[in-house]
Amino acid sequence: MRKIKEFFIEKLILICGLASIFFVILIFLFLLKEGLAVFKTVLPSNFLFGSKWYPISEPAQLGILPLILGSLLVTIGAAIISIPIGVACAIYIAEVAPAKFKEILKAGIELLAAIPSVVLGFIGMVTLVPWVKAIFKLPTGLTALSGSIMLAFMAMPTIVSIAEDALYSIPKTYKEGALALGATHWQAIWRVMLPAASSGILAAVMLGLGRVIGETMAVMMITGNSAVIPQSILQPVRTLTATIAAEMGEAVVGSEHYFALFTIGIVLFILSFAVNVTADLFLHKKE
Amino acid sequence: MKNPHRIQRIAFFFLFLATLLIVVPVGLIVVVIIQKGLPAINWQFLSDVPRQGMRAGGIFPAIVGTLYLIAGALAFALPIGILAAIYLSEYAKGNFLTRIIKLAIVNLAGVPSVVYGLFGLALFVVFFKFGASILSGSLTLGIMILPIIITTSREALESVPQSFREASLSLGASKWQTVRHIVLPNAIPGILTGAILGLGRAAGETAPILFTVAAFYLPQLPKSIFDQAMALPYHLYVISTQVPNVDEKIRYGTALVLLVMVLFMNLVAIIIRYKFRKKKKW
Repeated sequence: MRKIKEFFIEKLILICGLASIFFVILIFLFLLKEGLAVFKTVLPSNFLFGSKWYPISEPAQLGILPLILGSLLVTIGAAIISIPIGVACAIYIAEVAPAKFKEILKAGIELLAAIPSVVLGFIGMVTLVPWVKAIFKLPTGLTALSGSIMLAFMAMPTIVSIAEDALYSIPKTYKEGALALGATHWQAIWRVMLPAASSGILAAVMLGLGRVIGETMAVMMITGNSAVIPQSILQPVRTLTATIAAEMGEAVVGSEHYFALFTIGIVLFILSFAVNVTADLFLHKKE
Repeated sequence: MKNPHRIQRIAFFFLFLATLLIVVPVGLIVVVIIQKGLPAINWQFLSDVPRQGMRAGGIFPAIVGTLYLIAGALAFALPIGILAAIYLSEYAKGNFLTRIIKLAIVNLAGVPSVVYGLFGLALFVVFFKFGASILSGSLTLGIMILPIIITTSREALESVPQSFREASLSLGASKWQTVRHIVLPNAIPGILTGAILGLGRAAGETAPILFTVAAFYLPQLPKSIFDQAMALPYHLYVISTQVPNVDEKIRYGTALVLLVMVLFMNLVAIIIRYKFRKKKKW
């Protein structure tokens, strides 16, 4: 009797163990199921590289190039801000900060990771957006730049914590060897530890930027949501994620517009999948 | 000749500066929200329904909606998450399948939140015909927090010393008896930490509930799990972007309630983790 019971429990455990694989596949299948329908009416190349996104005009124009470029611009901006600051902060926490201060800093970073994106979006709207408008004397502060700055903040916790882990996991002998040869602490960090931790830091950057590409609410609230090909970082843009969030409410289930938003979802899913698998490969390089 | 010690001082100064650039704004954000939101908080704000097109009154239905949603998400994700963690920590062998499962968890954690929203819409709302409802929203959020629960629970289970298992097995207990009576009880604080972190994440997310449950304005409380509901993060989004001329006090007040809810859960999780580490017998 007990054997039978345990047999079933262990099978149940196995099924739950496989649940993650099941859900990833399920998500992808349902995105495909709804998203591929758009290609009955639009060529894939026109969808990806079409420069006009007018989903509710007659006939609808479904080209997501402006949205891809919008996401790209905001992400590049966020990368330029967050990578140097994030990696520098990781080095400071891992190597320079006094032990007591270290715990406070780590708690601060965790705090940032915990703040909901809609709250950050709201704060961005009432502080950052007016500043950008005033500093650059623009008609509106809802720009790609505002989005980049806010998103840089949201990428920071990921970059800092994973890069710090990578620095922390380098064997102590590397650093001690460098110091014994007469290097200063900074020389040991710069010449020995950073190169040794490079694959982990690269993974940290990728995962941070993965979070940026997928971020929705904050970016929708502060980038102005204008679906045209951006000419400058001081213009409003619209990202892939914001398009889905802003338009799905109005799209009729089963319409071309509805399918097109799912196709954008496929693009995002594949992007995040690629980022995560690559980052995972970097993180497990040693094994 | 460049002086390496001076270079080090300059470099460390910049590292410190970069750290300040992150930590100071975080502190400021929290302080500003508390400072400007606190005057809005009173009993009426917390217990009344929104009035005058959400420009007055309170946020009670949004608070209740969020509580329902996170409770539902946890009820779904916790059993699956713990069992999955038990599989990975106790039963899985170091083979290809295990590698794929771990990769799937990483991917699940990385899927953009708005894609979860799309998935929830396609599967629960449309395919299963649950409609926009607490059920659809909870299940969507539940799948989203699954990776957090699996990862933290697995860490907790793996931190139980191997000798505990060996002692139990050598006394004649079966594998499952060992897991159930020896490993699991010792991992409870860690599992609890994961569960609370998951709750915090579910409470703050907006994009997954946009099309699966969130109601723009719904003054009465939901009566069943097939009803739509208001939710705090969506309510904050609505009153900051969709409704013009909302008093700033109400916006900050809503942001404060949401922030306090999420940070409180994180704080509890951190405290449990800390106490557990101090109390550890091994």
